[in-house]
Amino acid sequence: MRILSALVVLLALATLPFWVSGYILGVLTIAYLFGVFAMSWDLLFGFAGEVNFGPTFLIGLGAYSAGLLDNHGVPVWLCVIAGAVAAVFGGLILAVPALRLRGPYFGLITLVAVLVLQQVIVIFAGVTGGEIGLTINDVLSLDPGHNYWLALGFLLISGIVLTLFSRSAAGLILQASGQDPIEAQVLGFNVVKHKLAAFAISALFSGLAGAMLVFYLGTASVDTVVDISVGVQIIIAAVLGGRRTIFGAVIGALFLIIAGEILRPLGQLSTFVVSAVALGVILFFPDGLVGYLLRRRERA
Amino acid sequence: MRTLLEVAGLTKRFGGLVAVKDLGFAIREGEILGLIGPNGSGKSTAMKLIMGIERANAGSVRLAGEEIVSWPTHRIARAGIGLVFQHSRPLHRQTVRENIKLALLPDSLLRLVADRAVDEHARLIGERVGLGAVLDRHPATLPFADLRRMELAKAIARDPKVVLVDEPFAGLTLGEVENFSALIRSFREEGKAVLLVDHNVKSVAALVDRVLAMYLGERIAEGPAEVVMRDPTVRRVYLGGAIGTHARDIAPEKTGVPLLHVSDLSVLYGKAQALEQVSLEVHAGEFVSVVGLNGAGKTTLFNAISGLVPYSGRIIWEGTSLAGRTPGAIARDGIVQCPETRELFGDMSVAENLDLGGQHQKPAQRAERLAWLLDLFPILQSRRAQMARTLSGGEQQMLAIARALMMNPRLLILDEPTLGLAPVILEQISRALEVLRQTTPITVLLGEQNVTFALPHADRVYVLEHARIIWQGPASRFAEEAGAGYL
Repeated sequence: MRILSALVVLLALATLPFWVSGYILGVLTIAYLFGVFAMSWDLLFGFAGEVNFGPTFLIGLGAYSAGLLDNHGVPVWLCVIAGAVAAVFGGLILAVPALRLRGPYFGLITLVAVLVLQQVIVIFAGVTGGEIGLTINDVLSLDPGHNYWLALGFLLISGIVLTLFSRSAAGLILQASGQDPIEAQVLGFNVVKHKLAAFAISALFSGLAGAMLVFYLGTASVDTVVDISVGVQIIIAAVLGGRRTIFGAVIGALFLIIAGEILRPLGQLSTFVVSAVALGVILFFPDGLVGYLLRRRERA
Repeated sequence: MRTLLEVAGLTKRFGGLVAVKDLGFAIREGEILGLIGPNGSGKSTAMKLIMGIERANAGSVRLAGEEIVSWPTHRIARAGIGLVFQHSRPLHRQTVRENIKLALLPDSLLRLVADRAVDEHARLIGERVGLGAVLDRHPATLPFADLRRMELAKAIARDPKVVLVDEPFAGLTLGEVENFSALIRSFREEGKAVLLVDHNVKSVAALVDRVLAMYLGERIAEGPAEVVMRDPTVRRVYLGGAIGTHARDIAPEKTGVPLLHVSDLSVLYGKAQALEQVSLEVHAGEFVSVVGLNGAGKTTLFNAISGLVPYSGRIIWEGTSLAGRTPGAIARDGIVQCPETRELFGDMSVAENLDLGGQHQKPAQRAERLAWLLDLFPILQSRRAQMARTLSGGEQQMLAIARALMMNPRLLILDEPTLGLAPVILEQISRALEVLRQTTPITVLLGEQNVTFALPHADRVYVLEHARIIWQGPASRFAEEAGAGYL
């Protein structure tokens, strides 16, 4: 029944390019990629129990690696794959020492990593375009419908992979590692190994989505893929949708992007309204929108 | 019979505190060893050292002849040591069966689908520990005893050679204790070596082959349970020496209204009953002791009075109910607790810790009190600039009491001040309490396991056992009426 209704919704979404404007498709394309960012983040926060304040470190690595390679004439698809590899590689370099620390230090290190990446991009402006941004010459596709389908397909595949992984045997161990690392170790599980694997998977999808985003936008800039505020948006989206649900993160991301777009005529006020709504949901439904519905079903 | 677990020369220091000192013992196949000791004796640390959760400073732990002392926890677990936690944090979104399955999984990143056999195996283990009927329920809906069964099931699933069990019977009813004992005995029949860690001999006596008693990190006795229970050193540690009492020259005046009146107080921790229908009263100027073994509910009682845990029943302070008051408001109103964990600010100096205690007083009063306290505990004077965490255990306890007294309490609650302290320190603290009792109008509520420490100063005594008050009366009648059944 649930699968059937999901298929119906998916089919409806897939037909959108036939009857809505290019503008709406554009907003949804960005929202879908944003949904992948949020899902990847939820794998770390909800399952591995680690707060990653720097999702944009991984996204930025993917985005800029892809963008820079494109400027050197590397084929688009190779750029996207290279972006993903760079995100995983950079993420592991960061996570291997950070996961050895206890308490809030992991989160702090990920936060500082974003600031460092941002500075590196600004300092090496000659190569990276600095604060103005890096112009990308190629696109995934010129047709908004094709871009939309690519993003939707990518969201669907990421969602299925992340959901299956989180529900697999390895995902069960990951949840145990996140909730009670000592007990997980007593049961014979190498907690650091499992958290690193989760970090690598999260980095893989973040990097892929980051690379796809710059090809869609035609530019890679600090403001859109690296800045702390982008990371905060991703975190809000995931928490808003519901921790430890994967699917909830997509709902949260769609809500944030679409609401922000609808309220755009309000100008500065739109950010305020969206933030206020998000704050209200987190305060009164700490399990998030999807989490709240799941909880109600569990109790019933 | 093969020796499975061999511990020798095990030592662990936390800063200046020696938690475990040159500890050694061995457990053979099919043997159950009880490791007992009062709170702070180092038994839990010893268990964590064996499991690799804490790193030993020196010593050796051998599992079936192989040295494992420097291994990480997960490797020790894979090699064949299992640990049953007293409290667990199960996976709440998964069912009981899935929680047990977790323990059956290999430590692999690539195993995405568990074998079908794992499912069946989890069911069999669940049935063995008596969870057959609730395998598909979520942990949150289970009673406390079933959650402990689930912990046991996880340990069984790992099929360890050595099983460490932390407080096997805490929070269980008598019938459940029988069930659990049978399960632990089944480990013996399977040839596993079992280590039961508990506060006192009484609770594990029926089950163990041998008992090792610890105090201040060291072994003080070893042998069959009856022998250890009669051991003079063990009796001194739990009961103190000969029980002495000092009736006061002038008995405090009992007015009609008690200063503190607790009635029908019950506290639940999740599903475990920590206190059941406890009633007691403390009159102004009285020194009242609540004695009971660790785990009887003393700390819970004090935390309820201080507003730190939710409760049912009534707590009346000077005629008004304390229900709904915040811990801060209760403390400012004159009920000051000196907790068993001391809760000092470790990175602040002795002087700063004392100043914090006096924050709510006028400067002149504060200076006067400080002078009086440094006179009561002269050692603190010489340690004024030292960081609290670098003090010895006894000095830390004195600082904790002094800080509580800085708040000028009308009722001082002292929770187990003897915890982990050597006898000579106890005498110093005891003398300070006597000075306090003789020279000030302060009211004291003392919680203790060590009866010898608790009785001399007490005007009245309550005995707490298994969450209930089972005896009350003047200190002079304790030895005769309640002393025998205490340990």
